[in-house]
Amino acid sequence: MDHTSTFERILRGILLALVVLFFMFPIFWILLMSFQTNESILRMPPSVFFTPTFDNYIALVTGEMRTAAGSLQLNFMQNLWNSVLLSTTSVAVALVLGVPAAYAFARFKFRLGEDIAFTLLSFRFAPPLLVLLPLSLYFKSLGLTNTYIGLIWVYQLICLPLILWIVRGYFEDLSPDIEHAHRIAGYSWFQTFRKIAVPLALPGIAAAGLLAFIFSWNNFVFALVLASADKQPVTVGALAFVTASGIQYGQIAAAIVMSVIPTFVLAMFAQRYLVEGLSLGAVKG
Amino acid sequence: MRKALPYLLSLPALLMCIGILIPFFTAVYYSMLRYRLNLPAMKGFIWFDNYINFFTDPKFWNTLKISLIYAGLTVVLELILGLVIALLLQKRSRVNNFVSILLLLPLMTAPALAALMWKLMTNPNFGILSYLVSLIGFPDMKWGSDPSTALFTVVLVDMWVYTPFMMILLLAGLRSLPTAPFEAAALDGVPRSFVFFRITLPMLMPYLLTATLFRLLDSIQQFDIIYAMTQGGPGDKLLVFQVQAYLDFFQATNVGRSAALMIILWAITYFLSNIFIKQWLKLRERAHGAA
Repeated sequence: MDHTSTFERILRGILLALVVLFFMFPIFWILLMSFQTNESILRMPPSVFFTPTFDNYIALVTGEMRTAAGSLQLNFMQNLWNSVLLSTTSVAVALVLGVPAAYAFARFKFRLGEDIAFTLLSFRFAPPLLVLLPLSLYFKSLGLTNTYIGLIWVYQLICLPLILWIVRGYFEDLSPDIEHAHRIAGYSWFQTFRKIAVPLALPGIAAAGLLAFIFSWNNFVFALVLASADKQPVTVGALAFVTASGIQYGQIAAAIVMSVIPTFVLAMFAQRYLVEGLSLGAVKG
Repeated sequence: MRKALPYLLSLPALLMCIGILIPFFTAVYYSMLRYRLNLPAMKGFIWFDNYINFFTDPKFWNTLKISLIYAGLTVVLELILGLVIALLLQKRSRVNNFVSILLLLPLMTAPALAALMWKLMTNPNFGILSYLVSLIGFPDMKWGSDPSTALFTVVLVDMWVYTPFMMILLLAGLRSLPTAPFEAAALDGVPRSFVFFRITLPMLMPYLLTATLFRLLDSIQQFDIIYAMTQGGPGDKLLVFQVQAYLDFFQATNVGRSAALMIILWAITYFLSNIFIKQWLKLRERAHGAA
């Protein structure tokens, strides 16, 4: 392994630099744009030297955009809040429903058990619009269109399979012996589940929750079909913002930056579990 | 009680399932209707006419063709690039670990937002990429809005987002391989190309297969990137399954056609996911021990 030639080491270095350039440049460039005025963005040739301004962020946070033609209301902060609310609540609901189910699939061999588990898994792979389009008509008659409850319900399609299969893997990795001992000591299964199994699987549960949060946050199509402007998360909101503001490129960039920061930060926390989560427990990092 | 317990525990999740299965069966039913939201009087059951009509519908063949090309291109390119990067980062070192964490960021970017980022960078008036390609002899590249480069542009965005997915799965695979065969090969002075093609690749095969199928399942259904970038345009250049179904439903309000299109896509993904799940279970058992 160590008899690599100087030539090879240089080649590897160059390739690695190109890889980092390709994957990091867009993030770097959008970050720069978010601190620029429109005039400086439109200047040709593009330059990394400019006087930074926080105006784009201020406009987004205060919800008011001053243009030559007068001021325009923005509701980007509402989108951001919707993203927080939808993702957090969806993950909480999915954990409450998914963790007990995951425990059942891991610990009990029961008829239909695998069938239910695989049906839930198959949601991960079905085309979302297959369900969403008829659902949009149902939601209309049920009065669930453009409600948080309706959205949180369909977000379970993302969260539940993820949580179920990752947490199941964690429960299966735990030896059932401690639980048996606890049961023999006279505790009910629920006490055992709550006091022994859940705490031991907690790192896995937390990782699955973080991942489910990231996937909910990044989802686009569910809210595009089922929500109007006031309930839309950042993904859909940012796109609508592009259409509405048209040429406020600096603010679009700032909106993108604010929308990706939460998932970037969480990914750094969940980094260790990311491999396992992304492969639904098939690969360990 | 003991018998009922697992059912009770999984019941809430199961109910959630059923709630979703109803719209699925509705979609099957809709796909056999002549059903346009703007012409409610024409609504009627027509059996498989929506599907039969597809055979003579050039729009449908275009959708199928574009979807397959898109999925094929993205998966093959991401697989090759992901494997190259995983091999570059295989050795555990501070730099390599740092780079592999950095590469998670594109994957953590919402695909719709990634498309917007690239849209800003490829804007013909001020986009940095438009400027850079003009320096090397493409002064008027229109990226997503030019029929001849639209596919290239969205494939590039897809690669930016999802290559890291391939990379981290393959990197985990590479690092989990037993070291003995490699040590033996090094002792015997076996050429490295031989080691790669006869030892590394075969041993990595389960990971390559799982990663490829995983991406194929997602890529054939791509919606976010394409919709956010071009909304399926220019013309019919990027009308993949889900974008076409979305437009059929909301613009043409042709519910029947849209549902039939989604059922066909579902059949494709169902077929693929069956192969995938077998492969995935094998790897999962290896990671967690027999279930």
